[in-house]
Amino acid sequence: MSSTDVLITGIGLVSSLGEGIDAHWQKLTADKIEPVIDAERFQPYVVHPLPAIDWGLQIPKRGDQRQMETWQRLGTYAAGLALDDAGLKTEEALCSTMDMVVAAGGGERDEAVDAAILEASASREDRAVLLNEKLTTELRPTLFLAQLSNLLAGNISIVHKVTGSSRTFMGEEGAGVAAIETAAARIRSGQASHVLVGGAFQTEHYDMLLGYELAGYLHRAPWKSVWQREGSEGGGVVSGSGGAFLVLESREHAEKRGRKAYAQLGAIYSGRARRGKEDLPAAISALAAKTGVPEGKPMLGISGVSGAHAATRAEKKAFDAMPDVALRGFSNLTGHLKEAQFPFAVALAALAVRNDQPYPAFDGQNEKPFEGQTSDVLATTIGYHQFEGMARILAAD
Amino acid sequence: MAKFTDHLGRPVVAVTGIGIVTSLGVGKKDNWDALTSGKSGIHPITRFPTDCLNTRISGTVDFLDSSSKGATALTYELAETAAREAIGEANLPSTDFGGPLFLAAPPVELDWADRFKLYTAGHDGPVTARVLEVARGLNSEDIFETTQFGTIADRLSDEFGATGMPITLSTACASGATAIQLGVEAIRRGEADRAISIGADGSVTAEALIRFSLLSALSTQNDFPEKASKPFSRDRDGFVIAEGAAALVLESLESALARGARVLGILRGCGERADDFHRTRSKPDGSPAIAAVRAALSDAGLSESQIGYVNAHGTSTPENDKMEHLSLSTVFGENIRNIPVSSNKSMIGHTLSAAGAVEAAFSLLTMREGIIPPTINYDNPDPAIELDVVPNVKRSADVSSVLSNSFGFGGQNACLVLTREPV
Repeated sequence: MSSTDVLITGIGLVSSLGEGIDAHWQKLTADKIEPVIDAERFQPYVVHPLPAIDWGLQIPKRGDQRQMETWQRLGTYAAGLALDDAGLKTEEALCSTMDMVVAAGGGERDEAVDAAILEASASREDRAVLLNEKLTTELRPTLFLAQLSNLLAGNISIVHKVTGSSRTFMGEEGAGVAAIETAAARIRSGQASHVLVGGAFQTEHYDMLLGYELAGYLHRAPWKSVWQREGSEGGGVVSGSGGAFLVLESREHAEKRGRKAYAQLGAIYSGRARRGKEDLPAAISALAAKTGVPEGKPMLGISGVSGAHAATRAEKKAFDAMPDVALRGFSNLTGHLKEAQFPFAVALAALAVRNDQPYPAFDGQNEKPFEGQTSDVLATTIGYHQFEGMARILAAD
Repeated sequence: MAKFTDHLGRPVVAVTGIGIVTSLGVGKKDNWDALTSGKSGIHPITRFPTDCLNTRISGTVDFLDSSSKGATALTYELAETAAREAIGEANLPSTDFGGPLFLAAPPVELDWADRFKLYTAGHDGPVTARVLEVARGLNSEDIFETTQFGTIADRLSDEFGATGMPITLSTACASGATAIQLGVEAIRRGEADRAISIGADGSVTAEALIRFSLLSALSTQNDFPEKASKPFSRDRDGFVIAEGAAALVLESLESALARGARVLGILRGCGERADDFHRTRSKPDGSPAIAAVRAALSDAGLSESQIGYVNAHGTSTPENDKMEHLSLSTVFGENIRNIPVSSNKSMIGHTLSAAGAVEAAFSLLTMREGIIPPTINYDNPDPAIELDVVPNVKRSADVSSVLSNSFGFGGQNACLVLTREPV
């Protein structure tokens, strides 16, 4: 034990399953759980939609809500849940010294304006002039701020008063991995004492689907388990809307304010396999070895598996060779949450550690039963296109 | 013998390589010659038509192969060009850099040219569904990769042999400074002996310009482009959007000296603070910017009296320059009148995600060359801003320490302290 151990003292979760840790824990440990999906709105794609959210619970000012689109609201909301959970929501002094690392993509574009421009382009040769005409007159001036990647963090500062520092990492799942890895490294080295870290993804927007589909990554209806999409139409990814934020704290800082932790963050590593040149299953195995997956001891693994065919196949192959690890692919129930995928995996692992109980298989045909201890749980995310990350989540004391 | 640790016992971080590209040219020499001659890189926009636009000038980089190939391609080329110069100067292998990479870059989006292409290739049905249908039949990752936020850094890592997973970050107009801060922190933690921090921005498109324009952030003084960026002047009316890149090779002083590298300067301190006041405006009392400056000084172990020059954020917006003056005069007190404060942006415009890195690079050159670049277009001083802005003409000066400020939308404030010698 060390005063600079990295403890997880607050968790904020939102997904199609609901909001908050209790809702997620209850649903994810139930005997039988059906995924919440919407197969109508974005045919032929399926998404895991957001639950109904009363934004005012975490974003009290209407004016603040209006300045954001759903993605920023969602992230700001999930961050608020985490701060609440850590008992920091009303601790202004602690929030003002709190560091923040947010994993973010971009916000929602104005679909109607884009569509109008594309439709008009059919009868115009001077498309560049058309763009100027339409964008200067039809864009809502403050929409830009709802799109900027770093403005999720900006809104968290405004709404929750977290102002020690504010950094936004970009780069799909890798951004979520790097955010937690960097936050942990800063705490361990004494560069930070408490950090808010996480991300959010709002998939219910055509442009967000396009981000996957430009390389044919999306699975097409009907919905199937994340481990069973090979051979179906499409690329295997079913995306979801959701967010995950964590409060990470040094042991010393948490103890000083008398907070009990869910778990502590053990080894954490990011990876950048040169996919296409390098053997991805081998790279995943090497990352697991580095993270310290023990041999001969059963271990629960919370997997952010995306469903993307090549990455999912590689993950399965790598873990088939680690028979002691029982993976739980939570994307089956939340969908792929992109930047929030790894924070979500770490959060679910921390819940299993705290409750001293594993999750049942989310896909009985493809996930092994697990009856071992959950005092040392693996969290993994193999990016659908690039970047990997793993961490071990351990009992806090 | 040099002392390898700083006032807090952390490894001293040296700069051993610098690379710069701006609208003034490629490389340190061209940039420095132009910058110290008070030459402006701001010009009428030719990349796209300017019909209907209130702002028709910019500091775009128009002379690279990728200058007309979209934001992702240009940002990559800018970053690559700057990094190659920096790694070359550091005398490190260009394909086996052997340290982590931190990239400050603009958020990416599907380029309009590609949007039109996808739409045109479709047949019927609602626009959005039609575009998606074409997308899934593309069978090529070319367009896809321009929309992935991790692509540029991934390719740079391949190109230069950086280690581990690169970090791509955005703290808006403070991004370049944050990239440097991440590199400094990694070396201080002992995770790496060296790191490369890059700020790059090639994202001036019609849409980007219009977005800033709709927020009334841009200068509309189109008639004399080179005169439009006038930080600290009474008639300043906004920043001039621009492009560029800079890269710094950061290295623990111990490792730099052990391999016989030339030390170009020291990255002595970093400070940051978020503002919770408003999405685009600063807290009226300037307290977050003040806190960021103080945090950087404290991290550097220097007092206010030990700063010889301030490389200002100096955007030329009414709001920023006023707030920056307020924060500097609060931190430095009366003595701020005796410290030269100049804005590179008067000549290169606001290079957005790259600015913090570009200006840190120029700060290092300022110390090495003993010349302070001027704030040009300072013909009509703002009487409310009493600063020695090094008006219009460069100045020879023995500068051994610099404060470089970066402030951005979303309450981002990041400051760097650089020194000439390790001390």
